[in-house]
Amino acid sequence: MAIRSFFLFILFFSSSLSPVFSLYEDQVGLMDWHQQYIGKVKQAVFSSQRAGRKRVVVSTEENVIASLDLRHGEIFWRHLLGADDVIDGIDIGLGKYVITLSSGGSILRSWNLPDGQMVWESSLQGPKHSKSFLLVPTNLKFDKDNVLVVFSNGRLHAISCIDGEVLWKKDFEAESFEVQQVIQPPGSDLIYVVGFAASYQFEMYQINAKNGELLKHESASFSSGFSGEVSLVSTETVVALDSTGSILQTISFQDGKISSQQTPISNLVEDSLGPAVIIPSSVSGIFAIKTDAVTVFIRVIGEGKLEVVEKTTHEIAVSDALSISEDQQAFALIQHASSEIHLTVKLAHDWDGNLLKESVKMDWQRGLVHKVFINNYIRTDRSYGFRVLIVMEDHSLLLLQQGEIVWSREDGLASIIDVTTSELPVERNGVSVAKVEHNLFEWLKGHMLKLKGTLMLASPEDMAAIQSMRLKSSEKSKMTRDHNGFRKLLIVLTRAGKLFALHTGDGRIVWSHLLRSLHKSEACQSPIGLNLYQWQVPHHHAMDENPSVLVVSRCGPSSDTPGVLSFVDTYTGKELSSLSLDHAVVQVIPLPYTDSTEQRLHLLINADKHAHLYPKTSEALSIFKREFLNIYWYSVEDQNGIIKGHALKCKCTGEVADEFCFDTRDLWSVVFPSESEKIVATVTRKLNEVVHTQAKVVADQDVMYKYISRNLLFVATVAPKGSGEIGSVTPEESWLVAYLIDTVTGRILHRVTHHGSQGPVHAVFSENWVVYHYFNLRAHRYEMSVIEIYDQSRADNKDVWKLVLGKHNLTSPISLFSRPEVITKSQSYFFTHSLKAIAVTSTAKGITSKQLLLGTIGDQVLALDKRFLDPRRTVNPTQAEKEEGIIPLTDSLPIIPQSYVTHALRVEGLRGIITVPAKLESTTLVFAHGVDLFFTQLAPSRTYDSLTEDFSYALLLITIVALVAAIFVTWRLSERKELQEKWR
Amino acid sequence: MKWVKVIVSFILTLSFLSFPSCAFQSDELLVDDEEFGLEGAPQHRSPEPIPTRSPPVTSPTRKRHSDLDSDSKIQFSLDHAFGDSDFSPAGTFSARLKTWSHGGQTLTKLRFSRNSFSDVEKEKFKNLLESDDFYRIRLPSNVLSPPGRDFIISSVKARCLPRESLDEHFVIHMEGVNVLAVNYGSPGSCPYPRNLKLPAKWSFSSHTVLKNREQAPRAPVFTEEILGGENAEGEVLQPAERSFWAKYWMYLIPLGLIVMNAITQAMNMPEEQATGLVPAQGQPSAGAVQRGPSSAVRRR
Repeated sequence: MAIRSFFLFILFFSSSLSPVFSLYEDQVGLMDWHQQYIGKVKQAVFSSQRAGRKRVVVSTEENVIASLDLRHGEIFWRHLLGADDVIDGIDIGLGKYVITLSSGGSILRSWNLPDGQMVWESSLQGPKHSKSFLLVPTNLKFDKDNVLVVFSNGRLHAISCIDGEVLWKKDFEAESFEVQQVIQPPGSDLIYVVGFAASYQFEMYQINAKNGELLKHESASFSSGFSGEVSLVSTETVVALDSTGSILQTISFQDGKISSQQTPISNLVEDSLGPAVIIPSSVSGIFAIKTDAVTVFIRVIGEGKLEVVEKTTHEIAVSDALSISEDQQAFALIQHASSEIHLTVKLAHDWDGNLLKESVKMDWQRGLVHKVFINNYIRTDRSYGFRVLIVMEDHSLLLLQQGEIVWSREDGLASIIDVTTSELPVERNGVSVAKVEHNLFEWLKGHMLKLKGTLMLASPEDMAAIQSMRLKSSEKSKMTRDHNGFRKLLIVLTRAGKLFALHTGDGRIVWSHLLRSLHKSEACQSPIGLNLYQWQVPHHHAMDENPSVLVVSRCGPSSDTPGVLSFVDTYTGKELSSLSLDHAVVQVIPLPYTDSTEQRLHLLINADKHAHLYPKTSEALSIFKREFLNIYWYSVEDQNGIIKGHALKCKCTGEVADEFCFDTRDLWSVVFPSESEKIVATVTRKLNEVVHTQAKVVADQDVMYKYISRNLLFVATVAPKGSGEIGSVTPEESWLVAYLIDTVTGRILHRVTHHGSQGPVHAVFSENWVVYHYFNLRAHRYEMSVIEIYDQSRADNKDVWKLVLGKHNLTSPISLFSRPEVITKSQSYFFTHSLKAIAVTSTAKGITSKQLLLGTIGDQVLALDKRFLDPRRTVNPTQAEKEEGIIPLTDSLPIIPQSYVTHALRVEGLRGIITVPAKLESTTLVFAHGVDLFFTQLAPSRTYDSLTEDFSYALLLITIVALVAAIFVTWRLSERKELQEKWR
Repeated sequence: MKWVKVIVSFILTLSFLSFPSCAFQSDELLVDDEEFGLEGAPQHRSPEPIPTRSPPVTSPTRKRHSDLDSDSKIQFSLDHAFGDSDFSPAGTFSARLKTWSHGGQTLTKLRFSRNSFSDVEKEKFKNLLESDDFYRIRLPSNVLSPPGRDFIISSVKARCLPRESLDEHFVIHMEGVNVLAVNYGSPGSCPYPRNLKLPAKWSFSSHTVLKNREQAPRAPVFTEEILGGENAEGEVLQPAERSFWAKYWMYLIPLGLIVMNAITQAMNMPEEQATGLVPAQGQPSAGAVQRGPSSAVRRR
């Protein structure tokens, strides 16, 4: 009976909640935060406008165009182009338009510089794919109209800067012609297009900029061929490398005549090592080449004569040239020296004289300088001053001026790969890191203000003070663990290989660490961070240890390159150790076992299907041996359409005896027919999900048992034809098949086909249900389906007497080798939005009802109650069903505007939603990341287990005091009355 | 016309099915012969495979059936392996291949003949039982051109199989002529502490089920007025009509308690009357006695 009453209790909670939850205006920012980023800057253009605020326009690798305040680094405006709309070039036209060329040179847009409104857009087609160039000549006019010159897709366009109209175009259709540079010498009406044909022929086209007429076409062949890029050293000279990378070709095409000079690199540099590459830059008269060890700056003197001006072994970055006067060009050079960077600004024709030389202290956690952009300004003493914008290895953006870092932006956070969380230290003497305790007076003042607020005596200024106090509450940003588990550290791994710890209270960066193991090295050429795992989560024993995370990375894009493991302390951000593995890492399986120091056992599967156990200790091995036969896993081969199940076999039978290496074997396989099915989504339950109860009480006091297995895999396949974009196939040749597969035995527990449906499929798996989202071609709408799976083998445990007498099988161990008796229930509903991500709330004990978190195409997060996706919804629910909380069936899912978790904010470029349970059962923490970051707390069934933030303790206290006073007064009164009576 | 076709095909399959059943005790299942891509045949849409329990196939020699088209009949073999050994033939599946007018092909009338274990295999199987290892089987992924792209493997702990005989259960998931997956195991449960038990009979009792894909339920489409949904929504929000008890229980319970209290007091009264020596005046006098001291105190 206790069980039943408990069910009723849960039911009460689940039915009493209302699906609408929203927050008041003054609650914004109390427990949520939002941060805006732009990503790694690819190109920056400084606005040369004299009046108005100084700004810089940047394009980034996240396909963002943004206008930043040059004084503080804040974003004025920002636009995120689509994922396949990669920005090729940006520039400023007429001083007030930002021109962007994107999508491989096929879309040209113009944006208004002050406010970021789009002015025009034009689409540029061409005969073939090619490099694209965007030129904004300053003095090239065409009927009083400034002209943009764009080379893209093998065609040269002249485009009006005012309205984006194509004025003329010229095709370069020659099959093998590869454009290398498009040059518009200032002050002339000519355009030069230079490039290579068939990799040994140099081609030069001279074109009239007024009408696109071909004036001259010259070509010269070079037997040694070309490799890599060319560097433009003057408007009529380029430098290229031959195919071996050892001979420099100086090609000049003055007056349409091609002449060339060859200089072997060994003539210039005595000890040149290996093939060289040209560093792209546009400084006139000077170019740089880089070999493995050295960077060499070479000056071109007159008729193709070359002279080495500097040779350095330091890491170096060069900016493009900046014209500071008619005939003077300046450029910036940044060199690394231990903990400092040296910035030098030089004139192009005068290498030895420095315009500026500064040293700036640089945190080595930012890594190397990747890009430099230079800008000048006029100092108060009317001389030229220079400021540079630098992009670091960790993707951060910094502005340097007068030898100082004026501002910095942590734009690495725009490209998060993986997220995990860590608890903060327990509050103890000397542990607390926060030193924000204020004095008694402030404390009293704060409480008086709050009291005024609750008694409605506060003036608007007081209200503002209260609000700011609430927002800056030291309570939420403390560096210790709190009672409710709201304060945590979010550990995020970014694409740059940097690990950040963000505080959930206010989103500040607690520490950041550029992983040394993800640094480029001899052994590891292009390391890529892959995943984060919780390595050590001390709770029972080993409380004195700090928790740590495991970062798994590998040395290259292909999956058979060796892996690297690093272990990072989450309190301090120190890299405890790192391991360069001698094997690849294809799959990482965190095992549900920990050793005595709470280190989690991990199984790493390599490309040859050997399993390696970590940590490599004998204790771990003995724990592992005990569970040896109960470890199963699966692998998905998307390309082949095969899912396989594996188990461990024996010790490795390799040449080297390794105790921690195990052979594996295939237990089962599912082969999808390649002509009819293609895997598009595989989803499992979260490993740490807690399910509170196995039983579900349905109407009529009946019980259904959830089929709860950690080994269920949801797989969605679509017709190979239908894996393209929506609308590319007819409904007849497109279908979607949903599977539920047991990953221990390979049993298909459920298999269902949606005809006329198409991906992309987004799915989430929790408890005994899976919800997936796809497109229905017949209905021309998105659909969401739910599958719930119930265990029938326990269905006859409903009898109370059986439970009392212990004649039930609820406690008997479940073996997946038994034939499962399951039933599934499913239902589909229409849904308006397309999705970018989907997640489900998770709470500490799993009692609170669930909400689905949908990342919509508008970059917002929408919370949708799971009750709307109940397969048992019917058109006319019975009385009992209504009491259970079943909503009458509708064909589409409602979108309630108040249930946007992100309220008015947008998480631009949303990629993932992560939910973490707080200690308080009713509350779950939600972190959404994309280019922006957003964090909030959610209570899907309201905070039934705690008083709300705005609960007025003062009022409660006053009431109690008033009551006590009243008791005393009445007592005295009654006593007095009694006395009087006695005297009567 | 379609209807006629469907019915004719249905009758045909029925007649086909009836023939072998008198000649041979088939260990196959009935597979609904429904066409898939065809629109507008809603009644016969969802092909629910009907598993039929088959008697154990004892004889390894198979009989050929002359009453079926030999060209549309196909066979594919089942291989097995003991632990990590190599696969060796263990039996043969035979089925009729049905070609549909739109080009699709499906298998029907699957039957299975199991080779019985040789002595060597018995020994191997015993070893498996002792070490609680896996007994593995495999099927080709394409029945027309075996092995297709890859073999379909499935395995089970050997200790799950022995009962009276060796009981096995196959669920073969098909997609046209492709085998997607095979679920292999014991037909019933296999409780976890797997005990070592040797079968009484070294013969297989096999059950096979062929499963084709099912169609998902469509999203409900309400053609009625669009307001219907909102009304339904509104209904939820409205407090549902509740019973008298549900509405007023908070008043009724105290009322009940008061009534009960009153009753017990009323019960006490006659009791006192029965036990009390003074029946008539006792009550008021007792009251007076009780009240006595208090009034006396007051008057003092």
